[in-house]
Amino acid sequence: MTQTILTVDDSRTMRDMLRMALAEAGYNVLQAEDGVHGLEVLQTATPDVIVTDINMPKMDGFGLIEAVRKDSRYRRVPILVLTTESDAAKKLRAKEAGATGWIVKPFEPTKLIAAIRRVAA
Amino acid sequence: MTVDTMAAIRQTFFQECEEQLSEMETGLLAMDEGNADSETVNAVFRAVHSIKGGAGAFKLTALVQFAHTFETALDHVRSGKLAPTADVMKPMLRAADVLADLVEASRDGRDIDESSYAAVAAEVKALTAANEEEDVEEVIDFQPSVIAFEMPAIATEPEAPPLHEYLIRFVPRPELYANGNEAALIIRELSRLGSIEVSCDATAVPDLEAIEAEGAYLTWDIKLSSQEPIEAVREVFEFVDGEAEINIETDGQPGVSDADIAALLAKALGGSSASEAEAPAAEIPDAGFKAAVPQSELQANTPAEPVAAPEPAPQAAQATETPKAAAVPAQTTIRVEFDRVDRLINLVGELVINQAMLSQRVVEANLAGSSSIVIGLEELEQLTREIQESVMAIRAQPVKPLFQRMSRIVREVADATGKEVRLKTEGEATEVDKTVVERLAEPLTHMIRNAVDHGIESPEARIAAGKPPEGTIRLSAAHRSGRIVIEISDDGAGIDRPKVRASAIKKGLISPDVQLSDNDIDNLLFLPGFSTAATISSISGRGVGMDVVKRSIVALGGRIAISSRPGQGSTFSMSLPLTLAVLDGMAVSVAGQTLVVPLTAIVETLKPKKAELHGLGKDGRVMSIRNTFVPLIDVGTQLGFRDTPADPENSVAILVETDGGTRNALLVDSIQDQRQVVIKSLETNYGTVAGIAAATILGDGRVALILDVDALLTSSFDNLRSDDLRYGTGG
Amino acid sequence: MQDGSSPANNVNREFVAFRVGDQEFCIDIMGVREIRGWTQATPLPHAPPYVRGVINLRGAVLPIVDLAMRFGLGLTEPTPRSVIIVVQVHQQVIGLLVDAVSDILTVSEAAMQPTPDIASGLAKTFVKGVYPVDGRMISIVALDCVLPISEKAAA
Repeated sequence: MTQTILTVDDSRTMRDMLRMALAEAGYNVLQAEDGVHGLEVLQTATPDVIVTDINMPKMDGFGLIEAVRKDSRYRRVPILVLTTESDAAKKLRAKEAGATGWIVKPFEPTKLIAAIRRVAA
Repeated sequence: MTVDTMAAIRQTFFQECEEQLSEMETGLLAMDEGNADSETVNAVFRAVHSIKGGAGAFKLTALVQFAHTFETALDHVRSGKLAPTADVMKPMLRAADVLADLVEASRDGRDIDESSYAAVAAEVKALTAANEEEDVEEVIDFQPSVIAFEMPAIATEPEAPPLHEYLIRFVPRPELYANGNEAALIIRELSRLGSIEVSCDATAVPDLEAIEAEGAYLTWDIKLSSQEPIEAVREVFEFVDGEAEINIETDGQPGVSDADIAALLAKALGGSSASEAEAPAAEIPDAGFKAAVPQSELQANTPAEPVAAPEPAPQAAQATETPKAAAVPAQTTIRVEFDRVDRLINLVGELVINQAMLSQRVVEANLAGSSSIVIGLEELEQLTREIQESVMAIRAQPVKPLFQRMSRIVREVADATGKEVRLKTEGEATEVDKTVVERLAEPLTHMIRNAVDHGIESPEARIAAGKPPEGTIRLSAAHRSGRIVIEISDDGAGIDRPKVRASAIKKGLISPDVQLSDNDIDNLLFLPGFSTAATISSISGRGVGMDVVKRSIVALGGRIAISSRPGQGSTFSMSLPLTLAVLDGMAVSVAGQTLVVPLTAIVETLKPKKAELHGLGKDGRVMSIRNTFVPLIDVGTQLGFRDTPADPENSVAILVETDGGTRNALLVDSIQDQRQVVIKSLETNYGTVAGIAAATILGDGRVALILDVDALLTSSFDNLRSDDLRYGTGG
Repeated sequence: MQDGSSPANNVNREFVAFRVGDQEFCIDIMGVREIRGWTQATPLPHAPPYVRGVINLRGAVLPIVDLAMRFGLGLTEPTPRSVIIVVQVHQQVIGLLVDAVSDILTVSEAAMQPTPDIASGLAKTFVKGVYPVDGRMISIVALDCVLPISEKAAA
């Protein structure tokens, strides 16, 4: 069964790249441009994985994760954050906020897919 | 990803960069003015961050590096570590300019010499240097560091990878599940590395009543036979490191467990903090064995082999199609290529002409005014007009990006000339057709450069004159009576009239004994070949004079006027049509031809009476309108359509007014009607015609010329000037 | 106008031949967009006498050049049988007013002869060469020179 990934990023370029990489790997892709928008999309469908940027207007990645983890409907949905650096401070922060894992930007499609597979049923 | 999609995304990226740069500029200017609220600073940070992110994906290293340096400084501002004082904002604004240049160079595939911006980069880095130590310490707190102790089985890849036997003990803690991970999935990933045997120890599972739904009670023992090195195994656990107990034995050698790491960490922290600070990030993220990487060193080593990102092809212009929105709620804007909009506008223009022709034919067919055809046609006309207005609105753009570019130019020229100048803008949201905006850039740039270079005095001179050392240039845009009015005004020294006059005499542009009003002298600047700069400064000189600026504005269908107060400053005022595509005009007959007079120039129409007409000089005629004497211009003879002047009593006088406020009366044979016409260029296939702005196509399919009222007045003026006749020009 | 000295080659080119007065001319078909009948042109103020005005060509403004006048052969009296040849010269599209179109010729470049050296402004300025065809002399028009590139280029 095709899995659905929700990608949340305020950069159109990044959204396009994510969509291309994921669609090619056979995933169904939903998109949102910030945390608030992401939550709206979640009302309409529950994705198998959420991939989100951190720095976004209106509601950033951490805010989104927090909101998702609070909502009983999808609190167990795996969430991967997009981080531009691979330093542990950021990773720890993501973990503390409830992220399942992370993807380093700029991402290689293979790593993106591998990370998703690691967390998606 | 295919080459095409990468090329398309690359184009999207650069488009997005433009938007980000604009956001960044707006935010930085606000910060510079002292309005640095946290949302503004965040927006600027995000803009630079976004550019960096995308640039990394396209391997634009120079851009990434600089953006990173800039982003770091911005991060410090947004976290409160760095206050946006004037000393801080100055290098930041310069950095913004450098970033814009790097984006442009990257887009065009050019290289930019690093030394050209090294100074700015260094300045920006210096802003955060004071806080650097803090960062490094912070990081070390959280982090096991790379320590060069003996690690069994971490070897470089052998030629024929041997088979390793890994014994993995995996004990998830509740946090692991809370964060959305699944032990089963992790084990599944392990199974992809080789062959595994899994056993689960459920002895810790309590009785049903005591079970916590969110608890973790299972211990997994996994035997993995794999050729992969231990890093690959650790990578599988990358996300859950810290949320589980993970113990990996390799080929009978005990692994290093978390507890051991903590001990080693304590030992290592004793001595080697300085050296780690330099260690670059490892290629493969290694769970638990990462280097403490200070932020400033980072992105030089972006992860290795790009699997599927071939060099994007040089931008083919029209490869993209409008990106389809993936199944999400409708967006408030869509992106459309300019070409498609242009085509639509042209087609609508044709529609208007066709509809007019149809109306004409119906009129000629003498159908009764109440017939359903005529009524239907009226509705069609109404509908067509609405469509046209809606379509024109699509292409309307705010002048903001243009004004932002001016901001940068002010910075650059001020720097280069050692002056302090601030640009204040108003009416950035004023919209005008894209065609007009594009052609405004050059003349505007030139005038702004002039204002800084020649208008604003040096800080010393200003202080001596009792002015603040920082000069101000005001750039404003507003809609006024169907046109857009743009003003550039400075609080500089104003036009040095004696100098201008002397220079004009020296260049033989005017004769020494002619009487000139102040306004006349100011307007000498617009004469070709004029320049007062002692040396043609490389800033604004370049051999391009105000006459070229005026010609550009006039070619756009606009007008430009200048006013100046010595010691206080000068103001350039431009009025431009909102669009180059349609015009509201009055159709008139002159010598058997139909001409169109732009409505915006018309004040009123009158029927001359003999008593109101007076002669002045050889050919000059004047009409008295409510006690003011207004020059009368015979359009027919002026345009060479007839030799003998028209009889005013059998003609109609149209009172027109130029932007400068001068009034003339145009003599035409008769007035036909008022209509909106589609503007057709004469320039494309022919060239410029004195006194004619453009052409249009009438309902009968014939071409009618659109008058350029200002030019008509000027040319008639010149004729009279040569006859040594003068009218008061007011001013 | 000189004939470019090229080795005799048998490249065939197509020309549209037309009559101005009783003289025959031709232009390379590559530059010809269409051929249409005469319609009343809107005169342009202070235009040179050979520019008759502009007409509407499907929404674009097309200047009409009276070739007879341009070549110094006198003003054309347009009749319903007059023809306008719409040509493209570089970026401009213009219409040439002629008396009639006579032929589409296919000639080889080798057949082109240099312009006869006579004292005539027309010959020197507007004619690139001549073709002998069936006993007639057909002069090849240098389109570049017909409409002087106006202020546009100077700007």
